[in-house]
Amino acid sequence: MIFEIMIGIISAAIPLSITFVLVGIGEMFNQRAGVYNLGAEGIMMVGAFLGFYVEYVMQSGPGSSFLGMLAAIAVGALMGGLMGLVCVKFKAEQGIAGIALYMLGWGIAGMLFRVYIGGTTSIEGLKAIEFPLLTDIPVLGPLLFSHNVMVYITLLIVPFSWYLLNKTAWGLKVKAVGTAPRAADTMGVKVDRTRIQCVVLAGAMAGLAGAYLSICQTHMYADNITAGRGFIAVALVYFGKWKPSGILFGALLFSLAHSFQRSIQVYGIDFPYEVAVVFPYLLVIVVLALSGRSNVMAPAVLGKPYYRELRD
Amino acid sequence: MKKNRLHEQMYNLGMTTFSLVVALMIGAVLFVIAGANPITAYWVMFTAPLQDIFGITEMFVRAAPLLLVALGISISFRSGILNIGGEGQILVGAIFGLFIALYAPQMHWSVMVPLIFVASFAGGALWGGIAGWMRAYLNVNEILSTVMLNYVAIQIYNFLIRGPMMDKQEIAYGTGASQTARIAREYWLTKLIPGARMHSGMIIAIIMAVIVFFFLWKTIYGYRMRAVGAEIKASRYAGINTKWYLLLAMLLAGGFAGMAGAVEILGVHHRGLESISAGYGFSGIVVALFGGLHPLGAIPASVVFGLLIVGADMMQRAVQVPAYVILAIQGLIILAIVSSNVFITKKGMRAKVINLLKKMTGRG
Repeated sequence: MIFEIMIGIISAAIPLSITFVLVGIGEMFNQRAGVYNLGAEGIMMVGAFLGFYVEYVMQSGPGSSFLGMLAAIAVGALMGGLMGLVCVKFKAEQGIAGIALYMLGWGIAGMLFRVYIGGTTSIEGLKAIEFPLLTDIPVLGPLLFSHNVMVYITLLIVPFSWYLLNKTAWGLKVKAVGTAPRAADTMGVKVDRTRIQCVVLAGAMAGLAGAYLSICQTHMYADNITAGRGFIAVALVYFGKWKPSGILFGALLFSLAHSFQRSIQVYGIDFPYEVAVVFPYLLVIVVLALSGRSNVMAPAVLGKPYYRELRD
Repeated sequence: MKKNRLHEQMYNLGMTTFSLVVALMIGAVLFVIAGANPITAYWVMFTAPLQDIFGITEMFVRAAPLLLVALGISISFRSGILNIGGEGQILVGAIFGLFIALYAPQMHWSVMVPLIFVASFAGGALWGGIAGWMRAYLNVNEILSTVMLNYVAIQIYNFLIRGPMMDKQEIAYGTGASQTARIAREYWLTKLIPGARMHSGMIIAIIMAVIVFFFLWKTIYGYRMRAVGAEIKASRYAGINTKWYLLLAMLLAGGFAGMAGAVEILGVHHRGLESISAGYGFSGIVVALFGGLHPLGAIPASVVFGLLIVGADMMQRAVQVPAYVILAIQGLIILAIVSSNVFITKKGMRAKVINLLKKMTGRG
């Protein structure tokens, strides 16, 4: 019994972690390039709405789900581009700009939801894949073969992003502009262009993460559906020390705690609803406090715009 | 010299106005998406509240908490610490204030009202102080910690007004609205105009703005806080205890947001209700930036955004676009303002703009 519960908790945690992994990996790229994007939460909200809306309008099975996610990726990239314009081109204070992007996304998603949907509506979404035979294997089945397709795609994205960052010329450029932009510039790397590429990529991934939330995880859209997940993902980037594997580990650990807390409620151990809801946020605060010292690992010029025409 | 300074001020004001216009123009696209005529929508938003006493007084009802939050934001931003936790700080301030107002032994209002304000200030300061302490001593990013503390505060507040602090009458009648009991009438902030909700909160906020101005520019503590914000390493070499001043900045920032909580419970709702913070924690950031992070600049800025918030409600009824749009527009305004900053602070960029302007106006 206890063993089965534990398997249940772990296999529930895996799909929960996907949002964090997607946003976190994207955020890792732009932070590695030296740009904070705290607007990920806002991008996620718009992505979640748009993904939901496209599927809701089309109503034609998995095809519309994927189209919804593509739309979310596009709008995320667009909002990432806006962030790039403001922070990289206009050298704005990145923390404030990120919060502004959050408010922008929140406002847009909230407004569009009220204009075009109005009430709580559910959609088909993407369901877990049923693998013949494999899903029925006692332990491994629920752990590995009972998830929706995006889970597997995301788990492939993690090693791919490691490869992209560490084994390609573009990845080296990203790390260079986030560590020593002046030197990179001298070597002919386009600092601002590389940074904008990263912010756009991160925006696209945040948009996708939002759509994952509405299409694959909850199969609906509600106000404030993201509930701080975008900010939590940024915290997980710190916790994961700006590495894909670290972010994956942090996301799994966090989702495990979350899923554990949810199952405690399901199995009838009674404590106030608000305490349960507050738990993940407290956990993040603790994680932040513990990983504060890892800030020495942060990209050297994180948050500092690069002025090509001025001296340092 | 004087003339140059005047030119500079004009230039800065021009830039801020220009960025506001750009933001509103981009915002117009949102109205089109929502299926409304943006010109009508903006017209209603900016003029409808000014057409009667109700609209004008409501504008000041919104401006009071906005100004208080913006004062705190100005202090923290000037000290180089980005406080996004206004929402949570307002709520914790409201809890502390409610606690005194509802459960402390009843005394004359001249004792109780200041006491409630002090309690709310302390509550907000506690909530801001946690993030400040974590930033100063554990090197934790304050934006993330304040955002997380917002979520925690919302849950604590909702738990209290649905549970331990819930109105006994609501429980007795079984209506179960999640709100606290009403605060005794003699503690309410004085109504300035009969029949309208406008209360003395705005006056309190303006007095606070003047105090903050003197604190930041006429005392050694304010000077040191601004120094820490401008150049933290240099301040450390100069012997300033930078950690303490970072913490102090967040204590004060939280405190003023907490006072906004007191203004809302004593001036507007007269009890604790759900979502009492009403987004003021975020709008306060816009007000502070729009006011140039200057306590006195925040006064007119708070009135402008008070107008915008009341106007958005009226616009919602007039052209059927959800008032949510104002949140997006505020986001755009911040983006535009922080983008225009580079043309104000960096001399090279500034010269470019001035040259462009000269070419456009055709003067050498």
